[in-house]
Amino acid sequence: MSETAPPAKTVFEVDSHTINFGPQHPSAHGVLRLIMEMDGEVIERCDPHIGLLHRGTEKLIEYKSYMQAVPYFDRLDYVSPMSCEHAFALATEKLLGVEAPERAQWIRVMFAELTRVLNHLLNVSHFALDCGAISPSLWMYEEREKLLSFYEAASGARFHSNYFRPGGVSKDLPAGLAEDILAWANEFPKFIDEMENLLNGNRIFKQRLVDVGVISAEDALAWGFTGPSLRGSGVAWDLRRAQPYDKYAEVEFDIPVGKHGDSYDRYLVRMAEMRESLKIIKQALAKMKPGPVKVQDRKITPPTRAEMKHSMEALIHHFKLYTEGYHVPAGATYTAVEAPKGEFGVYLQADGTNRPYRCKIRATGFSHLQAAEKLCKGHMLADMVAILGSLDIVFGEIDR
Amino acid sequence: MAEETQTEAEVPAAPVDAVLEALGALAGVTQPRRLLGEIVLETPRGSAHALLKTLRDEFAFQQVMDICGVDYPERAERFEVVYNLLSVTRNERVRVILTTDANTAVDSVSDLWPCAAWWEREVWDLFGISFNGLEDHRRILSDYGFEGHPLRKDFPLTGYVEVHYDEDRKAVVYDKVKLTQEFRNFDFLSPWEGMTLLPGDEKVNRSRS
Repeated sequence: MSETAPPAKTVFEVDSHTINFGPQHPSAHGVLRLIMEMDGEVIERCDPHIGLLHRGTEKLIEYKSYMQAVPYFDRLDYVSPMSCEHAFALATEKLLGVEAPERAQWIRVMFAELTRVLNHLLNVSHFALDCGAISPSLWMYEEREKLLSFYEAASGARFHSNYFRPGGVSKDLPAGLAEDILAWANEFPKFIDEMENLLNGNRIFKQRLVDVGVISAEDALAWGFTGPSLRGSGVAWDLRRAQPYDKYAEVEFDIPVGKHGDSYDRYLVRMAEMRESLKIIKQALAKMKPGPVKVQDRKITPPTRAEMKHSMEALIHHFKLYTEGYHVPAGATYTAVEAPKGEFGVYLQADGTNRPYRCKIRATGFSHLQAAEKLCKGHMLADMVAILGSLDIVFGEIDR
Repeated sequence: MAEETQTEAEVPAAPVDAVLEALGALAGVTQPRRLLGEIVLETPRGSAHALLKTLRDEFAFQQVMDICGVDYPERAERFEVVYNLLSVTRNERVRVILTTDANTAVDSVSDLWPCAAWWEREVWDLFGISFNGLEDHRRILSDYGFEGHPLRKDFPLTGYVEVHYDEDRKAVVYDKVKLTQEFRNFDFLSPWEGMTLLPGDEKVNRSRS
């Protein structure tokens, strides 16, 4: 601080300040750090910092056999684990050139839709919580628990199910589960009605959402939006309809679309999608016939326990599968599914060994979150929370 | 229709793939092909930007779903950059692949699709491929101050550093990674299938030829 050469004084009038939102913030839906430049209460610039939950999933998968890679997908989008497994199972099946048996495909369709309800329930009610409504999130956990018990009944685990495998599903549905799911599917619309009663016309809720975070259809496409966020802007694009996989070509459902592309429309689309999912679940249950639930090629799927007790060959197959795994012919595929949040894709490159050469995971929320600055510029700080909620962001998949 | 029958007559058993032909005729495309039903176009680095622009503007590929890198350390140009595009109006996907090495930058497509910026930042972060014209060239997934590009094949799975909380310094500190057991990487390549040269048996070809 020498006084010998005083620098020419320039006066900047800066009325902005920078705030740090997160990485530990309940409305950030995970570990999101946002650096926001504020002009008073208005957001001027918003820079999301992600990667705080980066676990190197893609690198880990390169060192695991195809069968060992499946559980990593549960841990990506941990709100809708089975949808992520679905993409990987389909990609591997495509490279292997096998197709899951009919029953397995129906089970996968049914559980993919249960997963959609599971995801939307959590998103919508926590979205409401972010905007000040506590009741939906309290009610929701009761319903969600029922869904998780279906998960547990089928796979043995409530969250990290490891259920959809390349070649089918890991085991058949236990006796009575189909009836339980049907009974739940008949009951559940009442719960959606209650939620809609509480939220749809709610003055506070609408004040927080309507005309907040508007994105046009063109912009949504350019920013890589998919799923409910894209449909909220009026683009009727749904991979289940446009590029059907498994048994989606054989079920009937509608694609709800929004008109204005604001947070409220994205919310409405999700609510309507839950009803559509119920339709699909009922159709899947009706069309499901008894049969095998995995490919009957013992080089790809393990034999039953009982078979191993008396067949030497089955024992060898079992041993080979759980040590070496199976070799996948060289090739590459980009396979995507309509996960609850949007397009979840896997770019899988095989080199003929038992491990993927490269497994790129196209996370849905990655491109949604990127548009955060575009969506929230000029809005108030509190609207940021509403916009984040409407985009349905989960850091397990964004950070990988 | 007359043209179609003509080409069918010339090359029997190969049905006409109009989409692939149209895309394959674009400037800069080498080796257009369908792999497992998916359209794959390869292109030299220099013409990639123009090709992607044409695909977006004239072929209505509105969305870039994914940009990713793949590392082949044994190749002269070790990296592949893979663009997966989607058209919601044509209901079609196309994959564009180009190659590069660690020192040659690729033209950024963030001016064509704003969402490409983060995908390219990710490719930079994980592979160290730089992009010309990418405004925001920071790392995205790895830690602040991270060194190295973790998805390169020569980067070890365990990494080089680990973090822990140091009670004395009252801070989170970085340390060299310590493994209690050596990292085990099993080789499942069976010498009876596919592998022609056994490790340590390199002299066999010399004596045979």
